[in-house]
Amino acid sequence: MLAYGCAVLITLFMLAPVYLIALAALSPTSAIFDYPHVVWPTGLSLENIWSFVTFQGVLPALGRSLVVGGITVVLSLLLGCPAGYAVARYNFRGRDLLQLVLVNVRAVPLIIISIPLLVTFIEWNLYDTVLSVALLHTAITLPFTVLLSASVFIRVPGELEEAAMSLGTRRFGAVIRVVLPNSITGLAAAALFAFVTSWNEVFAATVLTQKSTTLPAQVVSQLSVSPLPFRFAGGLALTLPAFVFIFFMRPYLFSAFRVGAP
Amino acid sequence: MAPAVVFMLVFLGWPMINALLIAFQSAAGDFTLDNVQRLFRDTDFGLAVRNTFLLLAIVIPLEFTLALVMAVVAQSRVRGRDFFLYVWSFPLAISDLAAGLVWLAVFTQHGYLNSILQSLHLIQHPIGFLNYNNLAGLVLAVVLAETWRSISLVMVVVMSGIQSIPAELGEAAEIMGAGAWRRFRSVTLPLLKPTLQVGLILRTTAAFQVFAVVLALTGAGLPVLATKTESWVYEARNYQMGAVYAVLLLLLSTLTTLIYLNALRTPRAVFQR
Repeated sequence: MLAYGCAVLITLFMLAPVYLIALAALSPTSAIFDYPHVVWPTGLSLENIWSFVTFQGVLPALGRSLVVGGITVVLSLLLGCPAGYAVARYNFRGRDLLQLVLVNVRAVPLIIISIPLLVTFIEWNLYDTVLSVALLHTAITLPFTVLLSASVFIRVPGELEEAAMSLGTRRFGAVIRVVLPNSITGLAAAALFAFVTSWNEVFAATVLTQKSTTLPAQVVSQLSVSPLPFRFAGGLALTLPAFVFIFFMRPYLFSAFRVGAP
Repeated sequence: MAPAVVFMLVFLGWPMINALLIAFQSAAGDFTLDNVQRLFRDTDFGLAVRNTFLLLAIVIPLEFTLALVMAVVAQSRVRGRDFFLYVWSFPLAISDLAAGLVWLAVFTQHGYLNSILQSLHLIQHPIGFLNYNNLAGLVLAVVLAETWRSISLVMVVVMSGIQSIPAELGEAAEIMGAGAWRRFRSVTLPLLKPTLQVGLILRTTAAFQVFAVVLALTGAGLPVLATKTESWVYEARNYQMGAVYAVLLLLLSTLTTLIYLNALRTPRAVFQR
């Protein structure tokens, strides 16, 4: 049962750090001075979380992360779904090239687009705004949204739309009444993916903001001057959405990252 | 269709070209190579390059080997497989900043690693893993945190590749007497080449940009190219220098991509049946 043993070891490796940061964040602040630490809880306390959340700038940053995430989701879906629909339904010239480009856009370093966009945003008077971060996040998540929504729409048979249209609706009506209801879960996964990508993104958010920081940017700006319990609480706060996300994304994980042989 | 393409051209395509332009301009706007010269003479430039490559050279083979193990284990129908996959996918949704902070709790002076080692009486005094002059400790911490954070993505890529290999090929090899290792080497690995190629390209490009993990764990103790970029832009407000670093990163990523494309080329004939 070598395989089982390996699996267990790897699982422990994955879970242990998460357990430890939760332990560190949820222990009383004074426990930070205990040494050696014990790896089981000796007294739980919300002190660290509380001082993190009430620290100046954290709650607004959290709010801004939510707003940026929300705008990213909306824009990404608004732009991405029609494009995904076109890829799924129409066989237009350049479709293969487009799909190839979309898949390869992931290989473009984020840093190479963040810096020039920073300069552009300054010129457009958008520097240090929530909108600028949201625009950049939309740009990063758009390829995924297009590809994901395309793969979702492909699974809805075209005949259903044609049936609806033969009953009197036009294509747009057919889409709303037939395609969308059948693809809600897939589109929800795309929305969730866009949101989490935006929530976690740290480099561009740091570089593009000064006062209107998102949560990761805020934590980065205070990294070198914040006490350890603060950083642990921040780490836990940034980690929590991951569990929710993975739970809902599980069925779509493989199709989102599929890079198999032709 | 069109709005999405336009959006991406504006926010993805144009900035790439703009980066090249900015990198070669001075603050006043005239074209110059000064920034490039400054790049090579920058404090910590050599360190940043060395550290970036060092991390790359350790993390990538480690991750891909581990991912192959994980994928093979997942294929072999062990009990509780779904649970394992669920847990193994956690780090997919964790930001690199959070990953860095999570491992900070482990590696800090009075952190969990030292605590465990001390409790087991393996050490007398806490080891300063994250001291600025402890290169080995810093690299170890960052390697572990980076691997932990992104192994899921590599695993997913490798798994989807393994799943597309037809089972009959492995079974045929088994019938002809090949053991598990031989089958892996001669059937699985060659057919995985396209998957590995894409995975390596994506992972290496991302590895060049390692930022938040290093920042959270080491502060300024382990300079890498991305942290240099950020400090030029955020602290010194010098966008030209930031752009030069960004262009360097782009060049390095493109170079490694080309190397992978060449080294892991699979002749079309392999896929014709």
